[in-house]
Amino acid sequence: MAEVQPLRTQPAAPVARPVYEIARLSKTYARNRLVALEDVNLTIHKGEFVSVIGSSGCGKSTLLKIMAGLMPPTTGRVVLEGKPVVGTRPDIGMMFQQATLLPWKTTIENITLPIEIREGRGAAQAARDKAMDLLQLVGLGDFANVYPGELSGGMAQRASICRMLVSDPAMLLLDEPFSALDELTRDFMNMELQRICSERNATTFLVTHSLAEAVILSDRILVMKARPGHIVEDIKIDLPRPRTLEMINTPQFGEIVAHIRDLLGKEASE
Amino acid sequence: MTDATQMNDSGGDTVWVEHEALIDRIPRSVAMIFLFVVVVGIWDLVTRMGWVNAIILPTPAETWADLIFVGKNLIAGEYMLDALWTTTLTVFYGFLIAVTIGFSLGVLVGETKFGERAVMPYLVAIDTMPKVAFAPLFIAWLGFDIASKVALAAFIATFPIVVATAAGLYAASENERMLFKSIGASRMQTLLRLKLPTGLPYIFTGLKIASVGVMAGAITGEFLGGGKGFGALIRQSASQLDTPRVFALILYLSLLGLALYFTVVWAQRRFVFWNKSDRPGGVA
Repeated sequence: MAEVQPLRTQPAAPVARPVYEIARLSKTYARNRLVALEDVNLTIHKGEFVSVIGSSGCGKSTLLKIMAGLMPPTTGRVVLEGKPVVGTRPDIGMMFQQATLLPWKTTIENITLPIEIREGRGAAQAARDKAMDLLQLVGLGDFANVYPGELSGGMAQRASICRMLVSDPAMLLLDEPFSALDELTRDFMNMELQRICSERNATTFLVTHSLAEAVILSDRILVMKARPGHIVEDIKIDLPRPRTLEMINTPQFGEIVAHIRDLLGKEASE
Repeated sequence: MTDATQMNDSGGDTVWVEHEALIDRIPRSVAMIFLFVVVVGIWDLVTRMGWVNAIILPTPAETWADLIFVGKNLIAGEYMLDALWTTTLTVFYGFLIAVTIGFSLGVLVGETKFGERAVMPYLVAIDTMPKVAFAPLFIAWLGFDIASKVALAAFIATFPIVVATAAGLYAASENERMLFKSIGASRMQTLLRLKLPTGLPYIFTGLKIASVGVMAGAITGEFLGGGKGFGALIRQSASQLDTPRVFALILYLSLLGLALYFTVVWAQRRFVFWNKSDRPGGVA
């Protein structure tokens, strides 16, 4: 198989302030001496949307957990907003594969949950107006006081977007957030996510399995490979914004997808 | 050709008629009454024809008469009411103790590594023993009064609550735990605001099993340790070969069991309002 050439070599884009900086990061699981991550270097700038893609076991979930402060790195520098990440922080917002809304709380109570846990019920009560604004932002204004059992899968994930945003995090970490949704809902949610992120100039890091999802949403895509987990290429996506679903059919889009598939396929055939 | 064939060929709408079997169309109340009448009818037949000795199985009429007799005694507040009250207290205290100990041990086992590693093996070992066999010990330790019966009832009812509580605490998903961790929840907050509420349906299932067990424990205790409860009355009547009385007493006793069981079901509906998959009256 022919050597895969880097897609484009462009000079660095206009420099925004770096928000998340990772340098020489490695992670070794002591128990089975598995090297999950090796020498990962990554800087995410303000307002940037960065995705990581790779087969399962390539270390992308480990990377996300370290970035979230859920797991310590073995060596390396992990710094958010100038402060090292040594545990979970209020300025990190997370979203998971499932909406993980608590069924005994109403939608709006679920959204203020992070505030309730960190600052108590009084503060959560005070944050209701803000939660309401967020619900309006994702089009769930009429569902503030219903229980999650009455929400569809897409609506539940939109509510969990609000929960992630309620504490105004500096960094959003998304762990395959729409993978449990059907494809039509997923496309719609991706467009919603793009709109919300650009409205708030959010800095976002997305872990995904879907090539199309990564390309349509991202400014940069990191392609990761396993054994040991490392970044093989940092691809800049310069499709114009706002992106639309129609772009999926453009040659440029196809070229990028083909290139990533090539990179990942090379690993599979090794 | 027949009409039916012509309709199939005519290119019109495809009409399916689903036939539900007759037995599935009978409404619940009718079905229950029907089964009751059939069973009592057969019962009446075998006793009336003398196929079964009257000492072994009384006629429905005799049983009914005794049911009335016991009912009058209860309403009049005579000695049977005292006995029922004694048994009710035994069951109540037994259940209360079982819930307290069972829940505490369940949290210890489900929430701490120590509980899981050190306590659980012993609980499993004790749980596999026939717990009724401990009755003579409880009588020896606590005497022939109500205390020994309470102890046996609580002893039997504790284990399902421990197991259900521990299982309930494991029920929260990996993602939900990660969410709580990511929003900075302490261990206590995660336990109280995530794990316990998520585990409530499991815990209530344990309580339902315990509510049946606590009755069995109380009555067994009264059989073996005498005293003033309903179990002692049943044993007395049985030793006098008064079978209709035994039947009548058991039926009234079952009302106590039902009351406890449905109290638990009511509490579950009240507190686990979000879990609609639970069927009313179902054991699990």
